[in-house]
Amino acid sequence: MNKTIDRSPSLKKVPLRYCPGCGHIIIHRLIAEVIDALNIRERTIGIAPVGCAVFAYDYFDIDMLEVAHGRPPAAATGMKRVRPDSIVFSYQGDGDLASIGTAEIVHAANRGENISVFFVNNATYGMTGGQMAPTTLRGQVTTTTPKGRETGTAGYPLHVAEMLAALEGPSLIARTAVDSPANVKTTRDLIERSFRCQLENKGFSMIEILSACPTNWNMTPSQSTIWLREHMMNEFKLGVFRDAGKANVTRG
Amino acid sequence: MKGNEALAEAAIQAGCSFYAGYPITPQNEIPEYLSRKLPAAGGTFIQAESEVAAINMVYGASACGARAMTSSSSPGISLKQEGISFLAGAELPAVIVNMQRGGPGLGNISASQADYFQAVKGGGHGDYRMIVYAPYNVQELWDLTLLAFDKADEYRTPVMVLGDGILGQMMEPFEPTPYVRPLLPEKTWALGGCVNRQPNVVRSLYMADGELERRNGLLQEKYRTMKARDVLYQTYDVGDAELIVVSFGIAARIAIAAVRKLREEGWKIGHFRPVTLFPFPERQLRELAGPDRRFMTVELNAGQMVEDVRLAVNGRSDVLFYGRPGGAIMTPEELYERLKDELKG
Repeated sequence: MNKTIDRSPSLKKVPLRYCPGCGHIIIHRLIAEVIDALNIRERTIGIAPVGCAVFAYDYFDIDMLEVAHGRPPAAATGMKRVRPDSIVFSYQGDGDLASIGTAEIVHAANRGENISVFFVNNATYGMTGGQMAPTTLRGQVTTTTPKGRETGTAGYPLHVAEMLAALEGPSLIARTAVDSPANVKTTRDLIERSFRCQLENKGFSMIEILSACPTNWNMTPSQSTIWLREHMMNEFKLGVFRDAGKANVTRG
Repeated sequence: MKGNEALAEAAIQAGCSFYAGYPITPQNEIPEYLSRKLPAAGGTFIQAESEVAAINMVYGASACGARAMTSSSSPGISLKQEGISFLAGAELPAVIVNMQRGGPGLGNISASQADYFQAVKGGGHGDYRMIVYAPYNVQELWDLTLLAFDKADEYRTPVMVLGDGILGQMMEPFEPTPYVRPLLPEKTWALGGCVNRQPNVVRSLYMADGELERRNGLLQEKYRTMKARDVLYQTYDVGDAELIVVSFGIAARIAIAAVRKLREEGWKIGHFRPVTLFPFPERQLRELAGPDRRFMTVELNAGQMVEDVRLAVNGRSDVLFYGRPGGAIMTPEELYERLKDELKG
C-alpha cells in the first residue's frame, strides 16, 4: 500500500510522546505543515513551553528555544527584536500563558510584537497531573478542585482571546479547536494567517486552540472530543476576535 | 557623567545590542541613558513590564546571539533569579547589573552590599555560579563592564556587575578606554534559522538518564577554569602588615582611606580588595595568611564575604569583621577608630 500523506519535513520522523487523543499532536503537525507550505523553515525559531509540549524541541526540525514557565512572550520579544528577519513563534499551554505568564502575554500583545503565539487551551495542567487551570470550566473536577471549580473561591474561566482582543496592539486574535476535520482545517488556516501577519510585519497574533486532554479529563479520546464540543466550546466561543485590517476599515 | 551612565556607555562600546529593564532606584540612569543612546547605536531598548520579563527578553536576545544586558537594584534582582538560573542552565551569555540598595524587602535606597551571598553563591535555583565583578570607582565601572561582555561570551555564562547606590550616582573623572574585542569563539550555537546546518536547540531541561549530572559536571568544570584564570584583586601595603583589611566595592573606598591614614602614622596595616567576588581570590588570601597576621573584613552588610575570607585562610589567621547593615554607611573616621583599637590590641 502506498503512503499518500507523510509528515511535513519540519516535523521530525520521531515518535511523538503524547497520549492518545491529545491535541498537541494535531497542532504540532499543522504548524509544521504551514511552516513548510510558506517555505520559512530556515527562518523560523520556535519556543518550547514548560509542560507536556516542552519536548516540542525534539519534534520540530527547526531552531528551538526552551523558555521558563510563562515567559515565552518575553523571550520571543528579545528574539524577534534582535533577529527581525526571523519568524518567531511561541507554543504555550493554559497554565503557562493564562496563569503564570499573564503579564508577559498581555504586554507582548500590547506592544504589538511581531510574533505568533499558539495557545493550546485544554482546561487543565497536563504535565503536572491534571490540576485546575485558569481556563478550567465552572464545576470541572480536577486534582485541585475535587468538588469541581467553585467560582466563589477559584474564580472564573479566563477568556484570553477576548481579553487580548480588547487591546490596540494585536493584529489577529482568534479561537479555534481541533475536534473535527472542519475545525482542524480552520485551525490550519488561522496558523497560516498568523505566520503571514509576521511575514507582512503586521505585528502580534495569537491563535487560541481548544484541545483535548483525555488522560487528565479521565475520558477516552472520543469522549473527550464530545466533552470539548459540548462543554468547552460552550464556554469558549470560536471565532476571530480581532482582525486589525478589518477593524481599521470599519473605523474608517 | 554618573557611574550609572558610564556603565551604560561602556555597554554600548562593548557592542551590547539589546537592553531590557524595569525602573528601580538607584539605577534609573542606566535605562534612561540607554533609551536615548542605544537605538541610535543600532541596538534595541525595551522598558519591560517587569524584572521577570526583562531578564527573559535578555534570555531570548542572547539565545539569538546578541550581546544583551539588564540592570536593576536588589529587589528587582531577586525577581530576576529565575531567569539567571535559566541563563546559567542553558549556557547563555548575559550581563546583569545590580546597583545594590538596602534590604531585606523594600529596604531603602541607600548603598548596600547585602546581596553578596545572592550574587556569589548562585542566587537562583540549582548548582550554578556566575562571574561577579565588584567595581569600586567609575573607572572600574567602565573597564569591568567591557570585560563582563567578553567573559560572558567566552564562557557562555551570565556575568554580574555588582555595584551599589553610591557608585551608580557618583561623578568622578575616568578614562573611557576604547573597547578592543578579543578573539572569541563564533556563536555557532545561536538560534537564527537552520540555514545550511542542523537545527540548534537551546535548553536547560535534561531528562535522560544521567544527562543532567553530566551537564552539571561541565558547568562545574567551567567554574573551575574561572577560578584558575579569572581572579582579579588588588593589594595595598600587605607586605609587612599585621592587620589586613579585606573589603570590596564602595566599602573598599572607605576602608582604603582609613588604612592609608593609619599607614602614614606608622601602623603595620594593609588592604586586600577582591575585584572578582566569584571567582574569589581564595589562594591569594590563603598565601597571605599566617599566625602573625590578622584579617578584618569590612562590608556594608551584617557579614557575608567574611565567610569566604574565613574559608580561604582556613584557620591560619584570625578573621574579624566590621560592618554596617541596612543601607547605613560607615565613615573613614569611624573605621579608622575601629581599626586603631584593633592595632593597639
